[in-house]
This record gives sequence, structure tokens and C-alpha cells, in this order.
Amino acid sequence: MKELKVQPIKDGTVIDHITPGNALKVLKILGIEGRGDSIISIAINVVGKRGRKDIVKIENRELDSNEVNKIALIAPNATINIIRNYEVVEKHRVVVPDEIIGIVRCPNPNCISNSKEPIKPKFIVIKRQPLRIKCYYCEREPEMDIASLII
Amino acid sequence: MNFKGRDIVTIKDFKKEEIVKILDVAEEMLPIAHGKEKSNLLQGYIMASLFFEPSTRTRLSFEAAMKRLGGNVIGFAQPGTTSIQKGESLADTIRTAESYCDVIVIRHPKEGSARLAAEFAAVPIINGGDGAGRHPTQCLLDLFTIRREKGGIEGNKIALLGDLKYGRTVHSLAYALSLFKTEMVFIAPSELQMPKEVVEECRKNGAKLSIKNELDDVDGIDVLYVTRIQKERFPDPEEYEKVAGSYRIDMDILKNAKENMIIMHPLPRVNEISPAIDATKHAAYFRQTFNGVPVRMALLALILGVIE
Repeated sequence: MKELKVQPIKDGTVIDHITPGNALKVLKILGIEGRGDSIISIAINVVGKRGRKDIVKIENRELDSNEVNKIALIAPNATINIIRNYEVVEKHRVVVPDEIIGIVRCPNPNCISNSKEPIKPKFIVIKRQPLRIKCYYCEREPEMDIASLII
Repeated sequence: MNFKGRDIVTIKDFKKEEIVKILDVAEEMLPIAHGKEKSNLLQGYIMASLFFEPSTRTRLSFEAAMKRLGGNVIGFAQPGTTSIQKGESLADTIRTAESYCDVIVIRHPKEGSARLAAEFAAVPIINGGDGAGRHPTQCLLDLFTIRREKGGIEGNKIALLGDLKYGRTVHSLAYALSLFKTEMVFIAPSELQMPKEVVEECRKNGAKLSIKNELDDVDGIDVLYVTRIQKERFPDPEEYEKVAGSYRIDMDILKNAKENMIIMHPLPRVNEISPAIDATKHAAYFRQTFNGVPVRMALLALILGVIE
């Protein structure tokens, strides 16, 4: 079986090896809503060499790696491929950033970041593997799945 | 070591040497805190005291500290009398208050509120307690009390008793005590025992720890630190009564106590310590309350840069 069920793209970004089922959340984190001209293809639960995965292809747009690192929260094994003229010109894995701002909310209802204040929720990464984060404001560590806290 | 202009949000903002420095300065402040000497060290300075929730000791001792040093105090003890009532955000309240003062002390029911205040204010912020969050000046005055009562912090066997799970001030205290190579005993019912991460952190800092469920004896303990067990933590009121009763400090418990063991409590107490204890030499909690004044004087003087 050929690996990809979607066509190769000429120019743009391919985010590969996304944790299966998380492709739509990845787009949400990246703020890609499909309103521009870019053609976006999404493949969910495709079978790759290392099991199931999701893939997102964004045509004619090269995503900045700092920007894409935000998805490391929910897709820690994802790779970013920059494609030019059907060739992969850059390829790297996502890296969990030191701080996560405005992506996940604090699950502590008594945290000031859940009040009507002019701030974005902010988390400090304590450990990357396995991922542990704590709220910059109340300093509590979320006990639940981080994906469920994405704003 | 530079304190000028710093925010005090959590005890972890300080290194051990800095804690020792604050306690040393607090020691020098004692005659002024007692009113035996007069001082104009903070003359011309204004402290804003923003108390969004009730407090007796923290607010009064901060205000006393500022005034004993010749400074002025503005602020409120009830947010109902301010524009917060009209829905003003904490960020805006802080930006307003900072234009009238040199330092802000804040107590707020939301966790993380002091961190938020520090982000918005150019003047230093001192956390006077943020919800169930942090209360660094309580921690400093507890350390000061142990040092004064026992002649030092190192080498003491300190028992922390009560609600060790939810009481985050006790987490900060355990952390701070672990920096001083103390031996600690955590005494609490299993459901209110010290969280694992605090235990791990204390061990990593070199503290010798033991964990117990019963307050069976106080043999060998130098400092017994009692905290309140809150009724709302128990779904069943009967269960609460049972647990609270078994941790009550009374004269019987003191039979095997060391001659010079001290009992501390951040107050307010409800039923945790029998009033009969008050008259014994073991009761240190009212002296502990007083110690809030010299410690807060030291902090204010250091942060405002009048002492280096």
C-alpha cells in the first residue's frame, strides 16, 4: 500500500506524524481556518510505517518553526517538512517551547487567568518527556490530558 | 544580594542566603517593632494595602510595619468600597494604585493574582496571600519565629500537623525548612497528607522526613506547627469531627513533650489548640503573630532600598 492517500504538494508545509485524531486540533492551534487561498489537505488515521498517524498539508505557505512548535503539546512526534517544487528542503521535529502562551487554559477555576483580566493563559514547561507544564499564575500542574484544555 | 524593587510573590523567589538576610534585618527591627525605638526610615514612602478579602494579622501587621518605620499607608480592606464593585479588573486596579504609592501589598481570593499584579505594576508587589495559593511573608515570619525561639533553624525536628494537602502555606514552609537541613515529620490523615511533589522536593533539598497519620506522641519534637483542618474538605460532618478531634492539641499530648518544645499556629485557630495551652511556655503562636511586624518591616525596608 502506498503511504499517502493525498497527493504530494508542490510548495508549502507538510506536518507529518501527528498523533492520530489530533489533526483538527493542530489546525486550531495554528489558527488555520481555511479562509485564505491555501489549499489544505487533512488525512486522519492513515497507516504509516510506524502505525497510525494524521497528516496536514498546507499548500503555498511555509510555516515558521517557532509557530509550529506550539503543536508539540498535542503532537509531540510531529515533523515539519517545508516543500519547494515537490522537494523537501527542510525537515525537523517539533520542539516543546519553554513557555506556552494563549493555547491552553488553566483547569483551576480559582486561577486568576480564568477571570476577566487582560492576559492570556500562560504555562511554563517543567519537563518535556513526559510533558509536564505548570500554570505561570497559580503554579498548579494540570492533572488531566492537556489536549482537553486547548482553548 | 539586591532586594530593591523586587516583587515578592512566592518564597521560591528567594535563595537561602536572601532569606537569612531578611531574618537578620528583621532582628535589627525588633526594638522599633516593639515601639521602644522610633524610626523615620520610610518617611515619605507610601504603601498601598489592597485587601480584596478579610485578614486580621497580615493587613494590620503590614500597616503597623510601615507606620513604625515612619511611612504612610493608603488602601482598602473591603473591595466593596472601590471601583471593583463596578467591575473594574484587577489589572486596572493595580495600574491605578501604583500611581499613588511606592509599594503594593495585595491579598486577593484568586490564585496567581499577585503574579498578575506584578506583571502590571512597575512598583514592587508583595503577596499578602492569594487564595489558596502562596503567602510568602507568613513563611518568612514562621522561619523568624523558629529562629528566635530555638536559637536557629538548622537541626530542629519540626512536626507539621493538620491539613497538609490543601494548605499551600504549609507547602511553602516545608520547602523553606528543607533549605535549612531540618528534620520534618508530616502528621496528617491519609486524605490530607503532604502532596508527593512537595515531599520529593524537600528530600531533594536534603531534609530528613517521616510521614505519620497519628498524633500519638510529640516525643523528640522541637517545633510543633499546627494548621487548621477545614470542615469543607470533608463531605461527611461526622468524619470531620472525628478527624479534627484526633488532632487537637491538649494538655495530655504535652506529657511527653520536650521541655522547650514550641507550638506554632498561623492563626486563626478554631479548635485545634486547647486554650489551656495558651498559658504554657510551649505556646509560641502569639509571639509568632507579633513577629509578622519586624519581618514585614525588614521586607519593606529592603524592597524600597533604604537598607541594603
